[in-house]
Amino acid sequence: MEYTLFIVLLPFLSFLFLGLVGKRLTPRAAGYTGTIVLAISACLSYIAAWNYFTTAKVNGVFEKLTPVNFTWLNFTEKLHIDLGVLLDPIAVMMLVVITTVSLMVHLYSIGYMHGERGFQRYYAFLSLFTFSMLGLVVATNIFQMYIFWELVGVSSYLLIGFYYTKPEAVAASKKAFIVTRFADLGFLVGILLLSFYTGTFDFERLTSGDASLFAGMEGISFMGCSVISWAMALIFMGGAGKSAMFPLHVWLPDAMEGPTPVSALIHAATMVVAGVYLVARLFPVYYLEAPDVLVLVAIVGAVTSLFAAVVACVQTDIKRVLAFSTISQIGFMMVGLGVSGMEGHEGLGYMASMFHLFTHAMFKALLFLGAGAIIHAVHSNEMANMGGLRKYLPVTHLTFLVACLAIAGIPPFSGFFSKDEILAATFHFSPALGTMMSFTAGLTAFYMFRLYYRIFWNKASHHDHAPREASASMTTPLIFLAAVTLVAGFIPFGKFVTSDSAEYIIHLDWTVAAASVAIAVIAIGIATLFYRGESTIPDRLAASFRGLYAAACKRFYLDELYLFITKKIIFNGISRPVAWFDRHVVDGTMNGFATLSQRISYSIRGFQSGQLQQYVAVILLGALLITVLVLFT
Amino acid sequence: MDYSHFIYLKEELSLIAVIVILFLYDIFGSRKSLNYFQPVACLLVGIHVLLTCCPARATLAIFGDAAIIDQAPGTASAYPLYSGMYNLYPLGSIIKSILATGTLLIFLQARGWLEEKQTVIRRGEFYLITLFTLLGMYFMIAAGNFLLFYLGLELASIPVATLVAFDKFRHRSAEAGAKYILTAIFASGLSLYGISLIYGTTGTLYFADIPAAVTGAPLQVMAFVFFFAGLAFKLSLVPFHQWTPDVYEGAPTSVTAYLSVISKGAAAFALMAILCKVFGNLVEQWQAILFWTTIATITVANLFALRQQNLKRFFAYSSISQAGYIMLGVISGSALGMTSLVYYILVYMFSNLAAFGVITIIERRSGKETIDDYNGLYSTNPRLSVVMMIALFSLAGIPPFAGFFSKFFVFAAAVEQGYYWLVFIALINTVIALYYYLRVVKAMFINKNETAIAGFRSDGYTRLGLIACSAGILLLGVLSIVHGEIHHYSTGW
Repeated sequence: MEYTLFIVLLPFLSFLFLGLVGKRLTPRAAGYTGTIVLAISACLSYIAAWNYFTTAKVNGVFEKLTPVNFTWLNFTEKLHIDLGVLLDPIAVMMLVVITTVSLMVHLYSIGYMHGERGFQRYYAFLSLFTFSMLGLVVATNIFQMYIFWELVGVSSYLLIGFYYTKPEAVAASKKAFIVTRFADLGFLVGILLLSFYTGTFDFERLTSGDASLFAGMEGISFMGCSVISWAMALIFMGGAGKSAMFPLHVWLPDAMEGPTPVSALIHAATMVVAGVYLVARLFPVYYLEAPDVLVLVAIVGAVTSLFAAVVACVQTDIKRVLAFSTISQIGFMMVGLGVSGMEGHEGLGYMASMFHLFTHAMFKALLFLGAGAIIHAVHSNEMANMGGLRKYLPVTHLTFLVACLAIAGIPPFSGFFSKDEILAATFHFSPALGTMMSFTAGLTAFYMFRLYYRIFWNKASHHDHAPREASASMTTPLIFLAAVTLVAGFIPFGKFVTSDSAEYIIHLDWTVAAASVAIAVIAIGIATLFYRGESTIPDRLAASFRGLYAAACKRFYLDELYLFITKKIIFNGISRPVAWFDRHVVDGTMNGFATLSQRISYSIRGFQSGQLQQYVAVILLGALLITVLVLFT
Repeated sequence: MDYSHFIYLKEELSLIAVIVILFLYDIFGSRKSLNYFQPVACLLVGIHVLLTCCPARATLAIFGDAAIIDQAPGTASAYPLYSGMYNLYPLGSIIKSILATGTLLIFLQARGWLEEKQTVIRRGEFYLITLFTLLGMYFMIAAGNFLLFYLGLELASIPVATLVAFDKFRHRSAEAGAKYILTAIFASGLSLYGISLIYGTTGTLYFADIPAAVTGAPLQVMAFVFFFAGLAFKLSLVPFHQWTPDVYEGAPTSVTAYLSVISKGAAAFALMAILCKVFGNLVEQWQAILFWTTIATITVANLFALRQQNLKRFFAYSSISQAGYIMLGVISGSALGMTSLVYYILVYMFSNLAAFGVITIIERRSGKETIDDYNGLYSTNPRLSVVMMIALFSLAGIPPFAGFFSKFFVFAAAVEQGYYWLVFIALINTVIALYYYLRVVKAMFINKNETAIAGFRSDGYTRLGLIACSAGILLLGVLSIVHGEIHHYSTGW
């Protein structure tokens, strides 16, 4: 299956091409180039998925294949950095998800970005991102993953700041980069710890369940936790940064300053689930060697999920609602991983988490692209400027509704199946956590339908000219993704992606399913009551819970807290003294060296006299001097 | 004598064939047809490179002895021909093809200068003489006997003087030629004296027989130092370096490029080969010598480079200090050192030739060659400025350019042998070097200039050469296979 390499490389070639000669192409040509290349890449990944899932099964277990692997930097026998392609069920699934969503976004952007300045640049960055993300998921070793991890961060930075003349966009791109970079520091330290003690970067060896690899870490502990726990927790920190887990989530809502299709691709479907993917990739290590960290994963996921759902209920910018919804849903995936076991039915959480990753990518991309279509039509992100749009945007309306039903967990839409399995696994792990997640699921249904009603129903706001449905290049992806959302729930996911790669039959837990559907229906009912028509209930509620409402609006003041910590404490307490030291002591020393070398340089200029006699004499004396020195010392 | 052995001399033979063809063409070609001399020369040298080039395994498989190919890594050794007069070894083929590639790149850059009125009638000579010196270097590299080595050395030195003085009507060029020939003769005289002492004390000139007779007697040490001085002169190690700036500045720029890269590369490789093969018994002495000369070379060259205004003089000092870094690979005397040396030469060749390509074309179009003249170059010639920038970054050793990796490997080789202090001093010097390389970058990109060199479009050959060099700088660091392949052949070469 060596051709899988091309799935990764094609977008890179497209990036090089568009980046180098893009300016000479017309925007249309650039858009089509990017889209066609991505289409080829997507077809290849479908073929790869078909081949893999039909042939790679040995004794009922999916094999890990490495069709491509070469040693890139060979430092020593043990320390070498490889680049390659690793195929296992989750990698193949991610290939399909990424290429599909990316293809949809490429296609959609032809219409959405029409007439924007830097259209070619936009497509070049999109291709770069797709390449990096694909490289990340097929990484054969943790170092390769780290390289692409950073590349993904860079391309996300470039795309968030695409409108570089807009100060908010620039600030948001910096914030996203710095926050995730900070988390990546933990990731890097984790990688170093893990590979130092195990002596390998290789995923296959790390996840083989071979306990002897970790023997070197036994008995070493730091601040009451074992080294392996530290390493895995730090690696999780990197994942939490990319996946916008509380308290590192602050960058994601601001990242909505980027073009909307970018939000759909990077900040909903692919890059933000990299953290989930990372934990899933190293799941055997977490489960066998650091179960305490896995509990941490579950708790962080649950807290994030609830927190983001609460905040999403009061946001008025539709993209921010979706951003918080994304954070909340990723929290669900993390919980799924955190509560999962390893073998057979114990591994329900893992399977459900991956399933939810898949379905969420589809319906969240659909929601974002739908939001893009709405923004395109009314030229605003604010709910206040919308309302009553169902008449003007029929296609967008219907597809958006499908996505809302899916995320709310109404059968038979895909979100129901995946979320329900996560809830079932959570209840199995701890009823308290399960209850909390069920409540969050109810909140999800509420805020999604709040969003839906305020956009499409409610009071129609005034428009200068009637909003129109977007062009075919924008509606086609919507319809396609809606279709996927409708049917994806019936994919027997347990047959393909499980924690131990063995087949697994999903049984619906009827009590959990019935309860969660009931909760979702009630939540939707409340949302209908509040927001379908004009109603004063929400305002009265907000007034009576003023403190909570204001805090939620301000996202519980986390951004302010971070600004206080960075600007006041770190800048004043650490950065300024360090800057002073750097300017006066370090620079002073360096300047001293510089002056010294300049002086010496000036004083020895006489040796280069230009006279041949002297040169020859120096050669002879030099040779004699060396002889004498060698012989008599 | 076994005439079938001639097949193993494929590099030398094909180069001689190129020379003969070009020689006949130069003599009998009509005035009009000689306009195509450069393309023909480039083409022929290109074919020569391809014939002898890197997949050494493949060429050996066709022409060579199965015994050499099948040797497992770590056991590969020289394969003596003509009772040891000539050594055939894969690594030698690699370095030869690197040098030939470099020569090709210089040929690509030389057109503008050779088309000038005063040189146009003599342009054939440039190519021929250059190729003759290249042949000399081939013999230096392959020699298994001091006589052949000395012949190669002379063949690679004396014609260079005529190249340096090629612009004989230009005062500086003539002066540089005179300086070069006189110092070169003196240095090679020293070397020859050293060789004669070696013969006197060991009774043989064959590399294979000498080690057994080297006992470390004072006379032998002196012989070694004198011999070393000759090669150190070519490499311009301190204190044998003083001719370098004057000659580099006066010589036509293409010749300067040739001197700074090809001539040095051959000398460095030959030096390491002979130090390890012939003077293995004097290892303590030569490591001590190299230790101090390396420190002196890098430091002194950097201190002088700080104050240079003329770019060619600047690059003269830069190339002296680069030779010092190459010596870090030599001093280790290990397989890793050999790998890093060959790799360093390869990377240095691309970097330096990219820089000289830019200098050549700018000197040709505007006649300017000081750093201040480059002020504001980016605004008028952005692409040339970018090429110059990556060349300088590579020379300074900034990742991700190839120069970083080559420096890393020579440092690694030296550290492996425990030369921590040497590497430390070399590291400090890279900081100084970074400063003076950045001066040029600053001039091009930051300094404003109302009268910047006007924008122009360079000819196709120059562009091809510069693109090749840039590609080398950008890709060599990432393509680990290059380093791996060299290492494969240098293990116990």
